[in-house]
Amino acid sequence: MAYSKEVIDHYENPRNVGSMDKADPNVGTGLVGAPACGDVMKLQLKIDDEGVIEDAKFKTFGCGSAIASSSLVTEWVKGKSVDEAMTISNGDIAEELSLPPVKIHCSVLAEDAIKAAIQDFRDKQEGKTE
Amino acid sequence: MVQTPIYFDNHATTPLDPRVLEAMMPYLTNTFGNSASRNHSFGWAAEDAVEKAREEVASLLGAHPKEIIWTSGATESDNLAIKGIAHFYQERGKHIITSKIEHKAVIDACRALEVDGFEVTYLTPGRDGLISVDQVEAAMRDDTILVSLMHVNNELGVINPIKEIGALTRERKVFFHCDAVQSIGRLPFDVNELNVDLVAISGHKLYGPKGVGALYVRRKPRVRLAPIIHGGGHERGFRSGTLNVPGIVGFGKACALAEAEMHEEDKRVAALRDRLHKKITDALPEVYLNGSQEHRVSGNLNISFAYVEGESLLMAINKDVAVSSGSACTSASLEPSYVLRALGVGDELAHSSIRFGLGRFSTEEEVDYVANLVIDAVTRLRDMSPLWKLVQEGVDLNTVQWTGH
Repeated sequence: MAYSKEVIDHYENPRNVGSMDKADPNVGTGLVGAPACGDVMKLQLKIDDEGVIEDAKFKTFGCGSAIASSSLVTEWVKGKSVDEAMTISNGDIAEELSLPPVKIHCSVLAEDAIKAAIQDFRDKQEGKTE
Repeated sequence: MVQTPIYFDNHATTPLDPRVLEAMMPYLTNTFGNSASRNHSFGWAAEDAVEKAREEVASLLGAHPKEIIWTSGATESDNLAIKGIAHFYQERGKHIITSKIEHKAVIDACRALEVDGFEVTYLTPGRDGLISVDQVEAAMRDDTILVSLMHVNNELGVINPIKEIGALTRERKVFFHCDAVQSIGRLPFDVNELNVDLVAISGHKLYGPKGVGALYVRRKPRVRLAPIIHGGGHERGFRSGTLNVPGIVGFGKACALAEAEMHEEDKRVAALRDRLHKKITDALPEVYLNGSQEHRVSGNLNISFAYVEGESLLMAINKDVAVSSGSACTSASLEPSYVLRALGVGDELAHSSIRFGLGRFSTEEEVDYVANLVIDAVTRLRDMSPLWKLVQEGVDLNTVQWTGH
């Protein structure tokens, strides 16, 4: 299968690989996918008190397209508000990376990872205010 | 300095041996006759070449030349054997035994027969990838007409106990078809010692040309087949169609070379394969061999790199080395290898598997280069893998609530 140059670029030079402290109340962690399906993404977002995403890190087990999708979303979410980040759709990701139809699920997973990370952050914040 | 890309996918196909090409050249140029032309020298020259090749192929199998039928390749040979037996002997019975890890040419031919009212038992191999004679015996019924099992599996390189199974099928008077595509030219093979009735083989898996194969059809006791391709009655009516003379000549030459050199080559390739395996496992933890280590052909190394997805590993290395993966992402179906699944290898490890196929032209320099390439890529991808990190933290991945999709 031929990969788009965008996928190859993100795969060869992945942005923002790494981890943050899960216990930090300002860090939301999303872990989506399953090893048996061949892809697992962990996306972590550091969100300031204004609800702006300061930093993003990922780790991904998966094919080149899954790695590229997660790398791309870490770039996209940085500097965005949580609400803006929630609007990123798998279609945007698939289009940017020129993913073929069989790889669309990689972009879906990346969208799910953003939503899961933000949900985790919100759960933590609610727990804090109670 | 090694030349890249390196070819370590010799199960998929092999390069043409230059000596094979040399043997073929006259038949691609001046000696172009149709071997069925019985009344002029062009035809006679072609026929002589075809019959010499038939002897060469037969010799490698321990067969009589008249037992060799030319085909377009092993897929056709498998189809002719299985459908040919089924349709000719259906009055005797309609039950066939095969396995879940056969080549698709066998499995799909059997599936097609199921539509026609045949019943097929698909045996599940052991964790080592092997089918035992006891399994075959237990599956036998009064109406069983055919057992079809491969000699060497194309993904795992594991070697089935064909001789033991052949003794059983002979005793029970059940036909035995063996897909020997991956073993011919790599392992000694004798149709009488193994008691096989039909054998499918292919030219391009043993340094011969593509587009040519053969089916061995036993004469004593006689095996009859209903043909699937009808026409001019070539190949004793088993397979009509003008013969691919240059391909057949090349196939014959490839078999003659294999017969002469197989023993030495096997030792050399096994040493290279073991070197590759050792280098990788010395440097990386959690690398698992798929299939039996003991019963395995020399050129095959099928290993899973835990916590690294196979396609992403291929992407890291495939500019420099050609290998294949059991990962779903390398198949059109998004399913991981059906062979690894049938063995009970978990889906996680099936997704992480890589098949290295070494061969006649592989070198020690290539092995060292590929080992280093793989070690670097796996290390990089594990650093990027959330699973690897969880495992390092002491988390049992089976206790994590995954969101399957």
